[in-house]
Amino acid sequence: MLNRQGRPSAPEAGSAGAGFTTWTGHRGLAHEEPLSFEQGAKGRTAVDLPEIPKVADRLGGLAREGEIGLPGLSEPQVVRHFVRLSRQNYAIDLGVYPLGSCTMKHNPRLNEKLARLPGFADLHPMQPMATIQGALELMAQLGGWLSKLTNMPAIAMSPAAGAHGELCGLLTIRAALEARGDKRKRVLVPESAHGTNPATAAFCGYTVDPIPATADGRVDLEAFRKKLGSDVAAVMLTNPNTCGLFEREIIEVADAIHAAGGFFYCDGANFNAIVGRVRPGDLGIDAMHINLHKTFSTPHGGGGPGSGPVALSAALAPYAPLPYVVQEGDKFRLVEETEGEAKPFGRLKGFHGQMGMFVRALTYMMSHGGDGLKQVAEDAVLSANYIMAALGDVMTAPFEGPCMHEALFDDRFLKGTGVTTLDFAKAMIDEGYHPMTMYFPLVVHGALLIEPTETESKEALDEFIGALRHLAERAKAGDTARFTGAPYLAPRRRLDETAAARQPVLRWTPAQ
Amino acid sequence: MSETKYTEDHEWIRVEGDVGTVGITDYAQGQLGDIVFVELPDVGKELDQGDEACVIDSVKAAAEVYAPVGGEIVETNDSVTDKPGVVNEDAMGEGWFFKIKIADPAELDDLMDEEAYKAFVEGLA
Repeated sequence: MLNRQGRPSAPEAGSAGAGFTTWTGHRGLAHEEPLSFEQGAKGRTAVDLPEIPKVADRLGGLAREGEIGLPGLSEPQVVRHFVRLSRQNYAIDLGVYPLGSCTMKHNPRLNEKLARLPGFADLHPMQPMATIQGALELMAQLGGWLSKLTNMPAIAMSPAAGAHGELCGLLTIRAALEARGDKRKRVLVPESAHGTNPATAAFCGYTVDPIPATADGRVDLEAFRKKLGSDVAAVMLTNPNTCGLFEREIIEVADAIHAAGGFFYCDGANFNAIVGRVRPGDLGIDAMHINLHKTFSTPHGGGGPGSGPVALSAALAPYAPLPYVVQEGDKFRLVEETEGEAKPFGRLKGFHGQMGMFVRALTYMMSHGGDGLKQVAEDAVLSANYIMAALGDVMTAPFEGPCMHEALFDDRFLKGTGVTTLDFAKAMIDEGYHPMTMYFPLVVHGALLIEPTETESKEALDEFIGALRHLAERAKAGDTARFTGAPYLAPRRRLDETAAARQPVLRWTPAQ
Repeated sequence: MSETKYTEDHEWIRVEGDVGTVGITDYAQGQLGDIVFVELPDVGKELDQGDEACVIDSVKAAAEVYAPVGGEIVETNDSVTDKPGVVNEDAMGEGWFFKIKIADPAELDDLMDEEAYKAFVEGLA
């Protein structure tokens, strides 16, 4: 039986409530929401607009003749549509969001309150400088905090996200090399790196040369040394790395790349594990982006844009992109053109960066204080190790010893059960959790990467651990169908990811 | 008389005369899961042994296919770009990627025969 939109009105076979048909297709208070285009009536709008006056156009006969095809909806219809859809979504505000490598931490409400202050929220980027002194001072203060936390002298604020920060860092490095007439060709990237690292290096015109990992999941220092040469522009390293492990030989890496005349780029995506404990400048790092949307709790993953300021060493500082804020007496100025000794490589964005995220990140820093930020890192690492230790007897970890902010498991514990990492992740949805990151990092077979962050209470961690333990035991007990058929209790059963990738239908068309 | 050789990156090459047909092994397609996209090299492209030849995307990961030996690409199998699923269905046959004119047959000596590859894969499990 099909509902009004031509979709099945009965729950799929095997799912909760199977066999129970409703007239609407809704399942109790779980609504089967049509697309906005399938609702409403022609000509209905949420606002009262005046008639369009009849005027001669200058479009030379190119004026649109047909319908635009927008849905005609009233305000309550629009509100209900999006609220109903949001109820089918999973969010950090609903429960544990263990998506490793993405750092889904709580977004404090104080951040939101301050970001909505009209003096920040209602600014226009082209306002006269004299009228936005507070906003510029906030940018300078945030830069000051980042500079202090990294022990690096310059901060480029404009990059719009982590990968944009990588681009900023490598373009700065390229500008510094070109300024000394040194054209280099290669960038060294560990095998376990985020995919954006090699992509950034290639985008900047470099050849990517992978560095193998050792059996304990870290960079192979000897192999790295062998790859060094006078044509190596930079090494890009993540610390802690994507296996959730601290690169213990990072200072040796820094010394070696500097001795070879190259620069040291650090991917700061995992800075949340070491903030307040380790200053990247002390490790010999020349450039590092900082994901404000990870370490400093600004919303992301659909909740807000990212923001990826880049910390730069003294050697790279002159090449930082425009614009940047300078303080002159008690006034602040956004420098838009090349001036003084600076040799900026250019601009990365039309304007100055993600102002709303700057406000939220500084709020997080100031409400935690230096001691609080240190505890953020400590709690994040403690939470991950708690999970690792609590599940060590039923799941399998690829590397021995304690981890940093992420607990990484492989799929050896599923061997012979007929359950894959994907099935296991889908079964977590039935238990009420967003799955962890899976099949990443690539260097670990069937990887399950869990990042609890400092957000979770011990009770929340215990319940999460209980659910994983139960699933691991069920898999071993031969309850295979529970996994291979999962999810059973979600609004939709398992989606056909293969068909979606092979034959994507990207455009809605009205039913004939 | 053709012979098939294998690399540690799970490519196979079937040699007939001075041309080798290249694909990924059944083990590799199984590990990758459903393959959804394949990017083939251009015909006429010259590759050294170990150079990246193709990019493949599966539902799990993106992976590269490397040239088992150096040489010139003389033919590509466009049916795998149209229907990537053929790689999952028949990795060692219909799911081949390209044919390469082998520059130096001595490079084949670096590769494993079927027996050695079988042992190599068992060592990974």
